[in-house]
Amino acid sequence: MTASTTETEAQRIAADQALVAKFLKDTTLFLAPDPEIMNEHDLAPRTAEEEDALARFSDPHTISRIRDRVQAGANEGFEMVEQMGAAPGAKWGDLITGIYTASGDLALCSAGGVLIFSALVHHPIKFIIKNWINDPTVGVRDGDGFIHNDSRYGNIHNTDQSMIVPVFWEGKLVCWVASTVHEGENGAIEPGGMPSMAESSFDEGLKMSPFRVVENFEIKKDILTFLQNSVREPKLQYEDMKVKLFACLRIKQRIEEILVSDGPMALTASLRGTLENVRKEVKRRLTEWPDMSVRTYMIQDSTLRENCLIKINLKVTKTGDRLIFDFRGSSPEFTNRANNTVLAGTKGMISQLFLCFIWPDLPRNQACFAPMEVITDPCSTVAASYAAPNSQSLMSIFTVFSASQHALGKFLYSCPEKYTKVIAPWFNMINTFIWGGLSQHGETLGNLCADLNGMGGGARSESDGQHGLSPIFATMSDIGEQELNEEEVPFLQLVSKKLTRDTQAPGKYRGGMGYQMMVATKDSDQWGFMTTTVGAKVPPIQGLFGGYACGTYPLSKVRNVDVYNVMRDNPEQFRHSIEEIMNNQPFPGAKYTTHHMGMGFELSKRGELYMISQGSGAGYGDLLERDPALVISDIEEDLISKPVARRLYKVAFDEDTLAIDVEGTKALRQAEREDRKKRGKPFKEFVKTWSKPLPPANLPFYGCWGDDVSVLYAGGPHDRRDANKPKPIFMRHPKDVKIEQLEAKLLALTGKTY
Amino acid sequence: MKVLMTEYLRIDLDKETWECRVCDHEIGPATTNYKEGMLVYDRNPRDVHPPVIDPERYEYTFSPDPEWIRILEYYCPSCGTQVEAEYAIPGHPPLYDMEIDLPALKAQWSKREEVKEPVVGPEVELDRGHHHGHKH
Ligand SMILES: [Zn+2]
Repeated sequence: MTASTTETEAQRIAADQALVAKFLKDTTLFLAPDPEIMNEHDLAPRTAEEEDALARFSDPHTISRIRDRVQAGANEGFEMVEQMGAAPGAKWGDLITGIYTASGDLALCSAGGVLIFSALVHHPIKFIIKNWINDPTVGVRDGDGFIHNDSRYGNIHNTDQSMIVPVFWEGKLVCWVASTVHEGENGAIEPGGMPSMAESSFDEGLKMSPFRVVENFEIKKDILTFLQNSVREPKLQYEDMKVKLFACLRIKQRIEEILVSDGPMALTASLRGTLENVRKEVKRRLTEWPDMSVRTYMIQDSTLRENCLIKINLKVTKTGDRLIFDFRGSSPEFTNRANNTVLAGTKGMISQLFLCFIWPDLPRNQACFAPMEVITDPCSTVAASYAAPNSQSLMSIFTVFSASQHALGKFLYSCPEKYTKVIAPWFNMINTFIWGGLSQHGETLGNLCADLNGMGGGARSESDGQHGLSPIFATMSDIGEQELNEEEVPFLQLVSKKLTRDTQAPGKYRGGMGYQMMVATKDSDQWGFMTTTVGAKVPPIQGLFGGYACGTYPLSKVRNVDVYNVMRDNPEQFRHSIEEIMNNQPFPGAKYTTHHMGMGFELSKRGELYMISQGSGAGYGDLLERDPALVISDIEEDLISKPVARRLYKVAFDEDTLAIDVEGTKALRQAEREDRKKRGKPFKEFVKTWSKPLPPANLPFYGCWGDDVSVLYAGGPHDRRDANKPKPIFMRHPKDVKIEQLEAKLLALTGKTY
Repeated sequence: MKVLMTEYLRIDLDKETWECRVCDHEIGPATTNYKEGMLVYDRNPRDVHPPVIDPERYEYTFSPDPEWIRILEYYCPSCGTQVEAEYAIPGHPPLYDMEIDLPALKAQWSKREEVKEPVVGPEVELDRGHHHGHKH
């Protein structure tokens, strides 16, 4: 065989392969989320254009000057959406704008907003690049805009909608701009866009894979009408599509100004150069961390439908310049519950941890997380399959965040090179009211109170956490103006930001605390609420270095009362804290109950109370080291009651003047240390009686037990599974479970089956 | 040389041991779980997170369910400092939470000065340029 016949043979094989590939592509019946795109979070390979651009523009000053202008453009777009957006989420900063390279990598996003999107919106852009650019029925042209919300194509949950706009220069695609907003309403089974009642992905409302909705810079009316017809808030759908489009066009204009002044190659060099520099810097910073493995786990105590113990298991290993997040051993996905997340959501949340809490000085882009590695089991609740519902993915991604934050605190402490302080886990749940129904103006609404942004901050290595500061997913967001909201919605918040006494996470430094919310419907016969958090039975975070986690936060209801009538007729009966209302029961004839925080959408009656509290960030260090003056100051601010302060912190003080007895305090604390030494058992002896080979038979436990991540339990020791051979988990309807219990009672009482 | 690993623990690289930073007690080999040298107590979470609303009348009270979760408190056997508080499902084996690669740690610190006071990290302040890393 001669060389030339071999070459011909090779060419023939290649041609055949290309033909087969084309045939398969042309005959693909459905472009489902593409694993090649969805499993990748690293930067796209350098393109030939980027190679050329970087060769020509290597001057760091040029790269940095252009980056600043791009950043300013992103910030301007952010301001536009925040000022003009109709969604409550937009008004309070639950949005982001960004610029993406021609390959789809996020090069820079706005300084404010929800940074988790930084790891997510590149997925739908890459889908458009891979599938639509060369598709003769679609194509990508100047003046186009693409919409997207389906989390399985790259998003946290389907309530977030993106507008994605390509930027062309002299006929060539140079980059993309996009704007994403937590819109709320999306036509799901419950109002507000984050249904916890979803039992399949088809209960989750709009499922927009990326498609064109804008042509020649104008929204296409036919498609718009279809979208409006699919959601409860048609006006919101239109307004915010317009707002996002115009924000994108403004950023595009700023990019075009750069193209005019510096040319496309300088822009490309700046975008790609920034990404590559950040990736390199991240690897350098990681080498400064100690090489070790840190293990932790967080508990989600409910699926939002029923209480159970869902383990989020994490081992973080750092070796050299590699950082590996290993979530194997976490609970399997729930087949008919909404608390699962797609893998991209898990990664996005960790990326956001770095950008907000560890290296906030880095340019905000995808490179910050690009070199890190994530391992999960197949069909895990932190890396769910296509079929699993995920509208309440926040439950999983927030506990993923806390597990990561908890573990990374242990890496950061010894590292001399720090960009932030070492911090105990932040409070991680969106304790707020989601609402919906018919407003006092006759409009159908579905959305939420921005109080979800009032999470308590974790304690730091040298100071207390801050109260109701910000959510873990956006350091610069707002909780909104309640008085303005009340002009649009038919309910009032009856107490104002009162911190919930005795709910702090104790420590040498305590966590920042959360405030109470009491809502009651006033001017509508068709209005209701839902709450969607875990942590009413088991704290959803852990403390750091001997500090404690927060406690738990229930939902309290008072029914058979109209508090507006009480306020009019007997105002002295009203009380301004959950503690007083639930313990004193001041309204005669009313019914007082408590519940876990997964309340499905419930219609309310005028004047009935729904009461919840934000949570506290975790504590830091041994509480016996807490400065007694700080304990007294907490008493003075009514953050802690005197008996609880005395019992926990072992501080001696005068009951009336609160003067600290320094010697008395020293003695109390020394006595407590001695008592610890008496009550504590040596480790080896302790584990003999404590550690069990299997999870408790009486608890509904999901995940691995101990270190063995090869076996997962699904509901208790009776259901053992091979972690690599996933099987479905179907939960029964909580009402069926309750009916069965009641029927058993009836049978016992009457001898009859019903 | 000694490395400050946590608020209360350090590793003596020469002796290859975990030590208590409060009382200098030698806890155990740095190649093992420091918890093995600690005293452990199974704390009822109700003690630390007291009910805010009446547990006699209500199921959910702001206080964790002690049947579902416990707090494993780890004390230094010499000075009684609480080094770690691990929220654990009843019967769940304690975590080996910091498994150190000792040769790598030694190599890393062979190129560094010993750090005797923890590095706190920069303050976030409105005024630009005002950064301080010292403890105050
Ligand atoms: Zn000690």
